[in-house]
Amino acid sequence: MIHALANPARFLKLARPLTPALFWAGVALALFGAWAGLTRTPPDYLQKESVRILYVHVPAAMLGMGGWAALAAASLGYLIWRHPLASIAARAIAPAGAVFAGLCLVTGSIWGRPTWGTWWEWDGRLTSMLLLFFVYIAYVALARADADRGGDGRVPALFGVAGTVLLPIIRYSVVWWNTLHQGQSIGLTGSSIDDSMLWPLFFTLPGLALIFAGVVLMRMRAMLAQQKVEARLKRMAAQ
Amino acid sequence: MNHWPFILAAYGATLVGVGGLALASWREMRRAEAAADSLKRRP
Repeated sequence: MIHALANPARFLKLARPLTPALFWAGVALALFGAWAGLTRTPPDYLQKESVRILYVHVPAAMLGMGGWAALAAASLGYLIWRHPLASIAARAIAPAGAVFAGLCLVTGSIWGRPTWGTWWEWDGRLTSMLLLFFVYIAYVALARADADRGGDGRVPALFGVAGTVLLPIIRYSVVWWNTLHQGQSIGLTGSSIDDSMLWPLFFTLPGLALIFAGVVLMRMRAMLAQQKVEARLKRMAAQ
Repeated sequence: MNHWPFILAAYGATLVGVGGLALASWREMRRAEAAADSLKRRP
């Protein structure tokens, strides 16, 4: 399946109709979830109205971390199979992941002011997430420098795989250290948040994930088209 | 403390961040694919 999709022509045939479908389905889900989160849920007894920020903050955090996991998987795929589409996928994921990691920090900071009384605290969760944001920026710069110098993409791929070390640190930071950030409230097996307040998250999370996927497809298509142009210009110059 | 200015700021930042990312990616894709198509049409 992966090898079949790794053919650029086959990939483009699938990506062209999928790009708008994923993106607009994501927009619809995210907008509905945001509307529901702003108007259809009760305020929390402790956090009051500011709890509504979780409907954008939690998906941003999950996509910031999930984005790096996908980038690392694509990088590993490139290192093993040397397929250029895997390298393109990793490079397309990086800016989107950086934006979502940045949004996690910004929305968390905005939530912290009325809830904790501070915009920022150097605790384990916030600092490790900030590090992930910087690692994304470093990856984007490294991949661009590697492409400009005609590199084969191995160095950014190794960096992508090595960066996964941050993911368990972020995930378990609230367990390993005594932090201001609250412990895990949403896990794979359940949630400590009451259903009456949780449900809009089931729209904003898949909605923003679909937008993320649509954006990655747009960036991959752009990179494939740029490669076509460069190859064609080289052939024309050689004639 | 009124929490609504903070809530609206968080949703506004998300809208600007995600909207800006999507718009920039879409424009880059359109520009690159238009350049590839115009080169393909050249003899």
